[in-house]
Amino acid sequence: MAVDESTVRYIAGLSRLAISNHEAVHYAASLSRILKLVEQMHAVDTRQVEPLAHPQDSPLTLRDDQVTETDHRDTFMALAPATEDGLYLVPKVIE
Amino acid sequence: MHWEVVIGLEVHTQLRTRSKIFSSAATAFGAAPNTQACAVDIALPGVLPVMNQQAAHLAVRFGLAIDAKINRKSVFARKNYFYPDLPKGYQISQLDLPIVGRGKLVINTGNGPKTIAITRAHLEEDAGKSLHEDFHGMTGIDLNRAGTPLLEIVSEPDLRSAAEAVVYLRKLHTLVQYIGICDGNMQEGSFRCDANVSVRPHGQIELGTRSEIKNINSFRFVERAINYEIRRQIELLEDGGKVVQETRLYDSDRDETRPMRSKEEAQDYRYFPDPDLPPMVLDQDFIDAARAALPELPDAKLTRFMNDYRLTTADATALCQSRPLADYFETASTVCPQQATQVANWINGDLTALLNKQALPIENCPVPAIQLGQLVARISDGTISGKAGKKVLLCLWADSETAVDTIIDRENLAQVTDNAAIEEIVDEVLALNPEQQQQYRDGQVKILGYLVGQVMKASYGKANPQQVNQLLKQRLKD
Amino acid sequence: MNNFSLHSLSTALHHKTVSAVELAQIFLARIEQFSRLNAFITVDSKFTLAQAQAADQLLQQTDSGPLTGIPLAHKDIFCSKGLLTSCGSKILSNFIAPYNATVVERLNNAGMVTLGKTNMDEFAMGSSNESSWYGPVHNPWNENCVPGGSSGGSAAAVAARLAPIATGTDTGGSIRQPAAFCGLTGIKPSYGRVSRYGMIAFASSLDQGGVLAQSARDAAMLLQTMSGHDPKDSTSVDRPVPDFMAQLEHSLAGKRIGLPKEFFGEGIDSDVAKTIEQAVAVLKSLGAIPVEISLTNSPLSIPCYYVIAPAEASSNLSRFDGVRYGHRAAQYHDLIEMYERSRSEGFGEEVKRRIMIGSYVLSSGYYDAYYIKAQKLRRLIADDFQQAFKACDVIVGPTTPSTAFQLNAKAGDPVAMYLNDIFTCSANLAGLPGISLPAGFDQKGMPIGLQLIGRYFDESSLLNMAHRYQQQTNWHQYFPKGYQF
Repeated sequence: MAVDESTVRYIAGLSRLAISNHEAVHYAASLSRILKLVEQMHAVDTRQVEPLAHPQDSPLTLRDDQVTETDHRDTFMALAPATEDGLYLVPKVIE
Repeated sequence: MHWEVVIGLEVHTQLRTRSKIFSSAATAFGAAPNTQACAVDIALPGVLPVMNQQAAHLAVRFGLAIDAKINRKSVFARKNYFYPDLPKGYQISQLDLPIVGRGKLVINTGNGPKTIAITRAHLEEDAGKSLHEDFHGMTGIDLNRAGTPLLEIVSEPDLRSAAEAVVYLRKLHTLVQYIGICDGNMQEGSFRCDANVSVRPHGQIELGTRSEIKNINSFRFVERAINYEIRRQIELLEDGGKVVQETRLYDSDRDETRPMRSKEEAQDYRYFPDPDLPPMVLDQDFIDAARAALPELPDAKLTRFMNDYRLTTADATALCQSRPLADYFETASTVCPQQATQVANWINGDLTALLNKQALPIENCPVPAIQLGQLVARISDGTISGKAGKKVLLCLWADSETAVDTIIDRENLAQVTDNAAIEEIVDEVLALNPEQQQQYRDGQVKILGYLVGQVMKASYGKANPQQVNQLLKQRLKD
Repeated sequence: MNNFSLHSLSTALHHKTVSAVELAQIFLARIEQFSRLNAFITVDSKFTLAQAQAADQLLQQTDSGPLTGIPLAHKDIFCSKGLLTSCGSKILSNFIAPYNATVVERLNNAGMVTLGKTNMDEFAMGSSNESSWYGPVHNPWNENCVPGGSSGGSAAAVAARLAPIATGTDTGGSIRQPAAFCGLTGIKPSYGRVSRYGMIAFASSLDQGGVLAQSARDAAMLLQTMSGHDPKDSTSVDRPVPDFMAQLEHSLAGKRIGLPKEFFGEGIDSDVAKTIEQAVAVLKSLGAIPVEISLTNSPLSIPCYYVIAPAEASSNLSRFDGVRYGHRAAQYHDLIEMYERSRSEGFGEEVKRRIMIGSYVLSSGYYDAYYIKAQKLRRLIADDFQQAFKACDVIVGPTTPSTAFQLNAKAGDPVAMYLNDIFTCSANLAGLPGISLPAGFDQKGMPIGLQLIGRYFDESSLLNMAHRYQQQTNWHQYFPKGYQF
C-alpha cells in the first residue's frame, strides 16, 4: 500500500515527530517502498495460525511485593533539562 | 419525548500493595515529589517492568468476590500516547485478555434488587501527577504515583439513573474495602470513577452517542456530574442537535461538564502485547490462595447477621457498611450473645454518635469492643440502668483501660436491687404524695409513671425501675 | 603478537607478566592511535585506569577470576554508570547513565576493565553503522567499507585489536553481520539467555546481548559470565547456564548439520557460496553429517521483521520526549511542539522512518493486516526451525549474502540495506542462538562469515562446533594490515 504525504503527517503526529513538507514527500516514498517489501507477507495463508508475540513460551514470573528501591531523586533530576522544587518542568499542560 | 438514561461506569481502584505494579518503589501516599519514583518509574533508557505478585492476587480476589470468570492466562498490552505524566509514552494495561472476566454485582434500588453486569476488570499502572500551580507558566510533574497498581473495573451500561450509579458505586466502594484490595480513600485518589453517559428515546434498542466524564472523585460529584450531563444531552437533542462522542471533565465549582482539551485530538492508542512481559499464567494454587484470603462478603454477612443475631434489616445493614464495624459488633456480642440487638443499638446509636462527633472511623474507636459488650451485659443483668450505661460509655471513651465493673463501682452507678432499701424510698415518696395515691386508686393508673419517676429521683437513679414499678403497684393495692 | 586469547591474557595477568593497568594503557593507546576508525563514542581513560587499578588489587588476592583485569569494550547501548550512554543518538548525547546494565554489572563484578563505549547505528537500527549520530565507523579490513551494524564499533574495535573482546547486541543480525564483515566470531545467544536490563531497547522481543570476539573460545568465556537469569528482566529465562568452556572440545562426530536450501539459493555472492561450501567440507571432515533441510518461510523473515521490529521500536522510543533526560529543543511554544521538536532534532532519519513504520502498522485499521499478520508469520518461521531441528542438530549457512560494502553504497536505499539481514533475522524472530565465524575471504580480501544456528538454549553446540572448526582452520587468526602491535 502506498503511503501518501497526509498519511505520513498523520503518523508523524501520532509519533510526535515534526516533519516538514519536503520531508513528508521523502518519507512517503521510502515508507511506500518498505510497505511494498512488507506486503510480501500477504502471499502466505495464515488463517489457521496463532500469532506469536514472545519467542519463548515461558510464563511471566511474579515478584514479591517488597519495597527495595530508595530515593535517587537528586541523581535522576540532574539528568533532566528543566526541574524545580523536585518536579520535572514541561510547557503548560491544558486538560 | 421520554428519554432513557444509560450509564456505564469505569472505576479505577488503587490496589493495596506496598510496592508498585512493575517496580519495587513504594506506593505510600504523600511523599515529597519524585522521591518514590525509581529508575523504572521514570522510564530511564534500558529499564524493564517486573510484575508484582500481590497486585495479581488482589485482582483475583476481586474477581472471586463478584463471581467473575478468572482468566488463568492474561496478557499485558501497551497503550501508546504522549503525556508528560506518562514517562514511557505508553501505559501498561490489559486489553484482549484481562485478569478478571465477566462478573456481577447486585444492588438495591427503589424497585428491589438489580443485577449490574461487570464486563471486566483489568490490571494497569497509574500515571504521575501534573501540578498546574505556577512554575513560571510551566507545569510540574511528580512521578511518585506513576506505576501504582490499579484495577479498572468496567460495568456494562446497565445503570439507568445517576442515583442508581451512585448506589452501584457505593456498593463497589464497600466491597473493595471489605475484601481488602483498596483503601477506598477518594480524596487521595484511591477510588476514582469515569462515567459513560448517553440518552435514548424510550423503547429504542440502540444506544445513543455517549460522552465520557473523567476522574470524578466523590459520590456527590458523580451524581451531579451525571445529572448535568443527562440534562445537557437531552437539551441538545431536543433542540435538534447531536451528541458528539467525546471526553469531558466535571468542574465541581461550576457544577458543569466541559470537553477535555487534551483529549480533543482523536486518539489512536496503538495497543499491542507488551514484549517485555510474557503472558501471566496463574495456577490453581494461586487462585485457591486468593479464595482463602477472601473474607465473608457484605451480602452474606448481612444475611447471617439477620439470621443468627436476629437483627433487623436496618440494624444489620448499618453494621455491615464496613468490615471493621461488623467485626466490632461480632466481638462485642461474644460477651453477651443473647443481647445482640442491644449491642447493635448501642453501636448504631450512642457509639456512632460519639465517633461521628470526632470524625473517627470505627478502627480508631477508643472503646474496645469487649468493653462495650461488657457494658451491655451489665445493663441486661440489671447491674446498671440504661441511663447509667451512657455514663459508663463516656468513661470508657475517656479511659478504655478501666474495666466496666470498676467504673460502675467507682462512679457508684450500680442499681439498688435490695427490696428493703427500695421499699423504704417508695414509702417515703408515697407519704409525700397522698393526692397522687388517691388518683391512682380512683383509676388514673397513668399517674404511676409520675410516682416511679419520683422514686428514681429520690434514689438518684440507682433503683431498679422494674422493682420500683412492682413495689409501687403492690403498695397502692394495699 | 597480534592475536592473544582471553586465556593468554588471563594467564599473563595472573602470572604478573603484565598488570591490568599496563594492559589497559596498551589498548587505550591503540584506541587513540586508530581513532580514525571512529570505533568508539566514549573513552574515559581515568575511568578505565581506576577500574584497572582495582583489578590489579584483586589480582593480588586469591579470589580474582579468569576475567579479572581483562579489558573490553561495551557497545554504547549498555548503560554504564557514570559514562555517557548515547545509543548512537543525538537524543541521548548528554545522557550519563545513572546505573549499570546487568551485563555491565556482571562483567564489572568479574573484574573486567571497560575501555570505552563503542559506536553503533543509532538505537541499533542499521546494518552499516552509518546511522550513528557520531558518524560512520570504518572497517579495518578496508577503511572505505562499512564494518556492518549495528554493533559496528564493537566489531571494528576487536578486528583492529583496539580491544581484545567486546559486547554487542543483535536484533536482526547486529552481532553476526558485523562479525562476518570484520572477520570475527560473534554470538547472539538464545532470547532470554542474557539479561536485557539496562540494554536500551530497540525491539524488545528480538533484542539479545552477545559477544564479538577473536575466537569461539573467547566468546564462550565472556558469554559464560554474561549469561544467566536476571530477576530484573521478565524475559530472561530462569534455567541453568551450561559450562560452555567444558563442551568446547566435544567431538563433532555424528552431529547433523542442516543446510537450508533457502540459504544457498540465488542472490548469494559466488565467493560467499564457495567459501561456505568449503566450510561445510571442513565440518564434514570433523565428523559432521550434512543434511538438506528447508526453512520454507524464511525468505519472508525480512518482511515479518520489518513489521515487528519497528512496531516495538515505535513504542520503546516514546520515552525519549525531552522531559526527564536527553535532548530538549531550545525553542518551542507549547508542549506538543516541545515533544515534536525535541524528537525530530534528536532522532536521525532512519530512526524516524522506523518509528513511523511502527506507528503505521499498529495504527487503527492496519493492525490486523500488518502487525497480527507478521506475528502469525513469525510463528510459521519459528515452527519451520522446530521442524528442521528434528532432522539436524545445528543449521549451517552464510551469515550474509555478500561481504562488507562500500561506505554510502546503500545509504539512500533502506530496502537494500534491510536485505543484509536476510539470513540472520529469522533466528531473532524464533529466539534461537546464532553465531558467525570467519570462514575465508572474497577476492577483494574482505572476510566471509559462516553462520550456525542452534536449538533453544543450545549455545554449547554452536560454540563447540565453532571451536572445533577454528582448531582445524586459521581464518579467525587473520589480521587486517596496518594494525600490527
